[in-house]
Order: sequence, then C-alpha cells, then structure tokens
Amino acid sequence: MDGLVQLQKNLVDYTASLFHEGFLDEQFNQLQQLQDESNPDFVVEVVTLFFEDAERLLNELSKTLGQPSIDFKKLDAHVHQLKGSSSSYWKCSIGAQRVHRVCISFRNSCEEQNVEGCLKNLQQVTHEYSLVKNKLETLLRMEQQILAAGG
Amino acid sequence: MAMALETRFHVLAVDDSLIDRMLIERLLKTSSFNVTTVDSATKALKFLGLVEDEFRTFESSVASQIHQDVDVNLIITDYCMPGMTGYDLLRKIKESKSLKNIPVVIMSSENVPSRINRCLDEGAEEFFLKPVQQADVNKLKPHLMKSRTKEENEQPLNNKRKDMEEIYSPNKTRLRCSS
Repeated sequence: MDGLVQLQKNLVDYTASLFHEGFLDEQFNQLQQLQDESNPDFVVEVVTLFFEDAERLLNELSKTLGQPSIDFKKLDAHVHQLKGSSSSYWKCSIGAQRVHRVCISFRNSCEEQNVEGCLKNLQQVTHEYSLVKNKLETLLRMEQQILAAGG
Repeated sequence: MAMALETRFHVLAVDDSLIDRMLIERLLKTSSFNVTTVDSATKALKFLGLVEDEFRTFESSVASQIHQDVDVNLIITDYCMPGMTGYDLLRKIKESKSLKNIPVVIMSSENVPSRINRCLDEGAEEFFLKPVQQADVNKLKPHLMKSRTKEENEQPLNNKRKDMEEIYSPNKTRLRCSS
C-alpha cells in the first residue's frame, strides 16, 4: 500500500500548492463537501462545465475582437459574463481570482474602446484560464489515480 | 406532527447559469429540500402558474387552478438574468394574489447596497451574496416554517380549494417534484 500512501501524499502537497499560488481558495473546500456517495462526480461535473463555459466565452471574445468593426458593447457583455461566472463560485473556488482581476482590466479597455488593450487582456485571460485548467485537470487526475489504487 | 415530517419543503431555484443552478440545487438538497430549477424568470412564472396574459390582468380561475397543483414553499432567484431580472420576478410574485405569500430570496454576485435594499423593500425575505454558502441555506428553514404555520392557520380555505379541485379535475394528480 506504499504506492497509495504516496499518491495521497502527492495529492495533499499538490492541493496545498494550488492554494498557495492562488489557484484554489477555501471555497473549493465547500465544493468538495457537496460531493458525497450519492453525487460522487459532483466536483468533476462542475469543473468541466466551468471550463466549457469559459472556453465558449473566450471564443466569443476572440470572434468579436476579430471583426473589422468591433462591437464594444457586445465585447463588454461577454467580459461581464466571464467576470460574472468567475465571480460567483469561481472567484473563490477555482482561483479565478486571477482571471477576475484581468477581467476588470478588460472591462476598462472596452470602456475606453482601446483595441490594443482588449487584445492584450484577451491574451492574459486566455493564459490564466489555461493555467487554471491545467492545474485542475492534474488535481482531478490525481484523485482518479487514488480511487483506482483503492483509496 | 406526522404530516410535518412527511412533507418536505419545495424550493424553486431560478438562475440562468447552469453551474450556479447545479450548485444551489446541491446546497438545497443537502438541506433536505425538494428542488426544482429553471433557467429564467419567465419559466419560473410559468411553473408557478402565472401565464403571460394573466400578468397584467387579474388572475383567471385557470391560472389559480394550475397553481393549486404546484406546491412551492420558497423561491430563490438570481438577480442578474437576461430578459426578466430576479427583481422583476420578485415584483410579479408580490403583485400576484395567489403567489404573494411565497417567501422570495434573491442571490447576487455583486454587493450593491441600493440593490439589496430595493429587493428587501419589495418584499424579499433575504438577500444572499454569491457564492451562496451552506450557512445561508440554513437560514431558509425559519422562513419556510413561518409560511407553513400561516398556511395551517388558513386551513379551512385550503380544504375548500381542495373540494373545488375535485369538482373541476378529479383525475389530475398533484404535481410533486421528487428529489
């Protein structure tokens, strides 16, 4: 059972690092508490939905910014959604605090109709999301390994 | 007393975000509520039996009849929704003869004091700041117990409605949402 113990230790360490780096917050604990035997995949489901949502929005943002004549109102609406979905559970639970900050800057760029600023913000926000996604996928994979090893 | 144990409270949760709906549903079910979720205020009103035409005029007997089959004890709604907002929904409910006694709770991810006050003034029981916590959901039971007591005091009226139900729709089953 040494392997299992090691896996569990790795998970604890990894989770701690995510908290430390601002990717996770104590809200994530609540998310995990809502998972039980009757809802064993709750966290995975929510996290998956979150990323689908985010990716859809990022695509929309990209498309809107790619238009010859940019609709800043539409842009702002999308960023608002992104910020919104990242400010309910996500601001706290899935470290989208980092994303949240970029979104605030993004909304300012929209207000100023600053195209260059918007493009930069889009780049930043895409980067943050892919970081968060990567971290979370690793975390969930580690949990799966533990389950598979009998933990 | 036996009756109180067997009937769970039924909460209608309204939120346009799928994730937030999932979360509020889990929180509510953890507290042993029966939960129905809808993704818009319009759908909420439909579920509650208030059909479009009845919004503006007095409620027809059809609308109130639909309502009798849907037993919602509390409505919890997001504030910011496209189309009809949670605030609009709150107002419609409080303006409705048949629905105005159902406690309404508003949720929002934005902490705007004027917004909060406006909702409370309009009759919302509570205003929860997202992310909604288990502790917030725990605050709901007292509001529900209060309306249940109110309902029980109006018992004779309820029985009368039940009789009417049998006359007009003897075969209709009472709509119950299982958890």
